[in-house]
Amino acid sequence: MSHDRRIWAIAAVLIFFHAAAIFADFLAPYDFAAQDRGMAFAPPARLHFVDNTGVFHLRPFVYGIKLRQGSLTEYQEDRSRPFPIRFFVTGEPYRVLGLWNSRLRCFGVDEPGRILLMGGDGFGRDVFSRLLYGGRVSLFSGLLAAGLSLGIGLFLGAFSGFYGGWLDDIIMRVSEVFLALPWIYLLLALRAFLPLRVDPADAFFLLVGVIGFVGWARPARLVRGVVLSARERTFVLAARGFGASNSYLLRRHALPPALGVLLTQAALLVPQYILAEVTLSFLGLGVADPVPSWGNMLADLQQYHVLTSYWWMLIPGFALLPVFLAYYVLANLLHQRVKSLVL
Amino acid sequence: MRYLLRRLLHAVLVLAGVSVLSFLFSEMSPGDYFAEMRMMPQVSPETIAAQRAQYGLDRPLPIRYARWLQSVARGDFGYSFAYNAPARQLLGVRARNTLLLTGTAVLLSWMLAIPFGIWAAVHRRGWARRAFGVGTSALLAIPDLLLALALLMLVVRTRILPVGGMFSVNVAEMTSLGKLQDLAAHMLLPVLVIVLGTLPALLRHVRAAMIEVLDAPFIRAARGHGLPENWVLFRYALPVAANPLISLFGFSLATLLSASLLVEVIMSWPGLGPMLLEAIFARDLYLVIGAVVFSTLFLLAGNLVADLLLYAADPRIRTEKA
Repeated sequence: MSHDRRIWAIAAVLIFFHAAAIFADFLAPYDFAAQDRGMAFAPPARLHFVDNTGVFHLRPFVYGIKLRQGSLTEYQEDRSRPFPIRFFVTGEPYRVLGLWNSRLRCFGVDEPGRILLMGGDGFGRDVFSRLLYGGRVSLFSGLLAAGLSLGIGLFLGAFSGFYGGWLDDIIMRVSEVFLALPWIYLLLALRAFLPLRVDPADAFFLLVGVIGFVGWARPARLVRGVVLSARERTFVLAARGFGASNSYLLRRHALPPALGVLLTQAALLVPQYILAEVTLSFLGLGVADPVPSWGNMLADLQQYHVLTSYWWMLIPGFALLPVFLAYYVLANLLHQRVKSLVL
Repeated sequence: MRYLLRRLLHAVLVLAGVSVLSFLFSEMSPGDYFAEMRMMPQVSPETIAAQRAQYGLDRPLPIRYARWLQSVARGDFGYSFAYNAPARQLLGVRARNTLLLTGTAVLLSWMLAIPFGIWAAVHRRGWARRAFGVGTSALLAIPDLLLALALLMLVVRTRILPVGGMFSVNVAEMTSLGKLQDLAAHMLLPVLVIVLGTLPALLRHVRAAMIEVLDAPFIRAARGHGLPENWVLFRYALPVAANPLISLFGFSLATLLSASLLVEVIMSWPGLGPMLLEAIFARDLYLVIGAVVFSTLFLLAGNLVADLLLYAADPRIRTEKA
């Protein structure tokens, strides 16, 4: 496969992950807050093809589950009635892109059955549905925060590299302080001085703001380096000699080479920032229940009995793996691409 | 000497910057420790005002900062409202525990990274290269959080190691050797997580630094003279490759402290991390600032050590006219 094709292929994988989060309303069988106290910590549903009488069905089905006699935690299947999986069913209502109402869900089972593909949490909420909805918070906070810190970095870096002088000195010294500090301590310190209890939408933007703000230093220094070297190139000096204005030089000659570097940087920053959001929510300083984020879903594991008994609560953590891997591969490919362009 | 003085000055400046930034942020903070008291009917507004005045919270920012600096000079690092004690007493013990954990992890990860990195630099083609690339990429993609939780789950289920805290409950009855063993058993898991988290980046840097040196003409000359390969690697190549690695040692401490905070919280290791988190939830202002400043101190101390090492290891820096 050619290099560009590989970049597009990996980008398609990433778009798929993000689209799954965007269309969580359709793909998830249940709302993220829909509880079923009868299915607290229910194990992942087992798909069956062969029924009690030994007949094979092409359409998979699940059984309802109930607590085993005399146990408070162990479930067993109630084999008396199968619930076949149906596609394009009507479920709980939601709004498509905030525009119109819909009840269409990708799959589900007939009432009173419930299908928990990845098991249930302590309130009997569907982990699979919450994983999809949680991707909205976790994936997009990383993306937006990376956009924010790249924006700040681009602005300050270009400014500082192009104009130089004492402002350049100040910006660089401050960026050294930001780089020197351990990022979690910095994040926590900044978060500590903001309100503790906020509603989910505010919390989301608060997180994006804090994470994006803390991370501006590295992109700023990168951009500064590129702009600084571009400023001394002979063709830039020539353009200046012809009377080109500063803003023209910045726009036309200094920033284009910086964009490739920034794009690579973005692919490296996004997974870090996703992890930052997950970490903050895990520590209870991010998005709060009932709105799911991969971090606050994992926070249940801080309870000892969850850790010992319910492995499926770890699924949001494993969901990070393919996302991170895809971003790292993308960063690698972009880096090689940019290098081949510059040299 | 000039070089070291400059580095020291830089460290002091960073420390000053961090403390000023913390105070500036704290100014934006809505409410404080005593705001929570307002909810309690048995505490009168006058009491709260008196309390705030006692701790100087009603003063403007510059005065509060000056008072805090005074208390730092006395060695108190501010005062914790929740514990009603100087912050240093609280943070000191915690900092020691964090130091124990991260120090062990640093030592272990470098002891692993250097031989394996050199090995990967020597075997830089074929299957070794591919295995190295896949291995480090996979480790890089696994977030510390997942690693810590998954390993903890594994250990809790198999019960092969004790989890939580630094010692077992019955530590008072143990002999000093038994205590040491108990501590080691409790440390194994958190140290393992931190080491696995920092190792891939270190390995890659060691390999890259060594490859660069191994391609240099003087190494070819040394090999051409028929010196034994190990002699070439450790006597000739490693000292030259050490320069960027020592700088990396300084940089990597920040990442390490971040990893350590998370691991401390998850494995309930009584270090700085859990205390900072607790202080945040209690809005214990000076304890938060104290914890941040302490972690910065760690970092700067580590960086100074790196500078000293660099000074000792690289004659080019000693002769540099600054």
